[in-house]
Amino acid sequence: MTATSPTAAPLGAPPPVPGGGGPAVEAARLTKRYGDIEAVRDVSFDVGRGEIFALLGPNGAGKSTTVKMLCTLARPTGGRAAVDGFDVARQPKAVRRRIGLVFQEQTLDDQLTAEENLRFHAVLYRVPKAEVDARIARVLDLVALTDRRQALVSTFSGGMARRLEIARSMLHTPAVLFLDEPTVGLDPQTRALMWEDVTRLRREEGVTILLTTHYMDEAEYADRIAIIDHGAIVALDTPEALKGQVAADTVELTTGDDSLATSRLAAAGFRVRLGQDGVVVFTPDGEAHVARLIDIAGVSVRNVHVHRPTLDDVFLHFTGRQIREEHADRALSMRMRARARRR
Amino acid sequence: MTVVRLPRTATADEHTDVAAELRTVGMVWERELIRFVRTRTRILSSFVQPVLFLFVLGYGMSTLVGTTAGFTFKKFVFPGIVAMSVVMTAIFSAVSIVWDREFGFLREMVVAPVSRMSLVVGKTLGGASIATGQGTIMLVLAPLIGVHLTVALVFEVIGLELLMAVGMTTFGVFVASRIQRIEGFQVVMQLLLFPMLFLSGALFPLKGLPAWLAVITRVNPLTYAIDPLRRVVFAAQHMPPAAAARFSTGVSLFGYSLPVSAEVGFVCAFAAVFLALAVAGFGRPE
Ligand SMILES: Nc1ncnc2c1ncn2[C@@H]1O[C@H](COP(=O)(O)OP(=O)(O)O)[C@@H](O)[C@H]1O
Ligand SMILES: [Mg+2]
Repeated sequence: MTATSPTAAPLGAPPPVPGGGGPAVEAARLTKRYGDIEAVRDVSFDVGRGEIFALLGPNGAGKSTTVKMLCTLARPTGGRAAVDGFDVARQPKAVRRRIGLVFQEQTLDDQLTAEENLRFHAVLYRVPKAEVDARIARVLDLVALTDRRQALVSTFSGGMARRLEIARSMLHTPAVLFLDEPTVGLDPQTRALMWEDVTRLRREEGVTILLTTHYMDEAEYADRIAIIDHGAIVALDTPEALKGQVAADTVELTTGDDSLATSRLAAAGFRVRLGQDGVVVFTPDGEAHVARLIDIAGVSVRNVHVHRPTLDDVFLHFTGRQIREEHADRALSMRMRARARRR
Repeated sequence: MTVVRLPRTATADEHTDVAAELRTVGMVWERELIRFVRTRTRILSSFVQPVLFLFVLGYGMSTLVGTTAGFTFKKFVFPGIVAMSVVMTAIFSAVSIVWDREFGFLREMVVAPVSRMSLVVGKTLGGASIATGQGTIMLVLAPLIGVHLTVALVFEVIGLELLMAVGMTTFGVFVASRIQRIEGFQVVMQLLLFPMLFLSGALFPLKGLPAWLAVITRVNPLTYAIDPLRRVVFAAQHMPPAAAARFSTGVSLFGYSLPVSAEVGFVCAFAAVFLALAVAGFGRPE
């Protein structure tokens, strides 16, 4: 943290646009080295205003490090970044006042009530006194915790604590909300609730959201996804476009004579494999081809299943590796330990 | 390829807003008090321990030391015990930063757009307020010990307690910001706090000590915080010359007796140095 003096606009430069006309987040060749480890390497992307942007990658990919640099908590060793038009290295305080932050690890005081945690935050982020009560009521409503306002945080479940953190991060009406693994360690039901909260924040508060996750299914809630692996972005697009880049759908046919069907389809030029339970055909736009495939196979077809590529497939396609469940389990157990220690 | 535009001009944002920083100090202070009130075991333990010392040492040693001109060892040790309660509470409060780190709340504070100075000052004033309160509560035992209190004396004692508490809390915050794990806290207590307390003149007069002990007590900053407290308390007691000689007060350095003002000055300087160090060490970015 440094006391940065205000940067004077160069002569002749246009006056800054209120709210900054540009993107909400800009990263250009952002790099972070820890000794020999290059945690983040040449990462570049823009996040538009009001967008939900996901960084997707396995543990150790560099997601948290990227977020920390954008939040001014880690100094980039290379490249530049700006949040809401403010440079993260040169104007850290201005950046911090405009962002909401929810870390991977919990940062609530569990000996305080929900409301006391929020009041503390309101003072530190200079929420005008006259607005504090209304904002507290508003953010508690956003995450459906209004009835727990006076409860000690130590009585909260993991999901409730997480939602309270999200509420707190919205208290000072940030322009950009950073959520680092917001759903890790939560059960599927709570995760779904969390996503409702997040999409509601965007809809009702117009906030830009940058989040990280290693859950493939979650990344699909995002408008755009950057797949990050070993510190570098390997693909960046909308979920649909990313799936489109992984060329083929898979069509699984269970037929009366699988080997005959396989050889006929192969002869017709399809990429095809004889699987244990049937024939697997790889083809773009599988649904449109189903009728033709059945026709060519020329045998009785008992069952057809068209499988669109998922983000799992996308990740596999771009990195040659699967995001393994083990990562999720380890992250989960870490969070559980953190909570256990609080007792 | 992304192009980063010229940074926006940070209008008022990068300026320090004094009123906002003061509100931050107040809020951090308030949190310390709320937490203290909510943990009854802490209140109890920081009261019971000094009381135990007072009775065990006071009564136990009194028989051994005997009475000089009607002045007992209990009376001598009482200001030291009051100081002990202040010091222990101050250190305990400061070291709660280690817990803040362990439970993540430290991060909520250091990422906020406020100066570290406000956070450290708030934390220090919070811990110092609690410690001063604890020390002052100890004064209810004064009549039991036969220590005479006046209104003026109580105010002097509170002032000196506050100074001692601020010094020890900044010191504690500095140490705590260097402790990465909760286990380290035990080490601090064993290797730092108790030796400092026992080798400070809290429990024995500083005159006529063996040379090595005299040196240790003189480099121990606590010595200069505790002695003034004893001096103001004794000044309000009836002390025959024989008692004053036996249970002496005052610290001499190189044969020169320090006035209270010099001792207070030492403690102020100590607090200022550790405040600066604590601020510097508080939640640096990676
Ligand atoms: N403070 C640090 N010191 C050294 N190495 C670090 C530090 N923080 C992260 N790393 C390393 O950088 C890499 C990326 O870490 P991180 O950004 O936390 O990944 P993710 O959040 O995607 O799981 C990892 O190899 C990690 O070990
Ligand atoms: Mg991470």
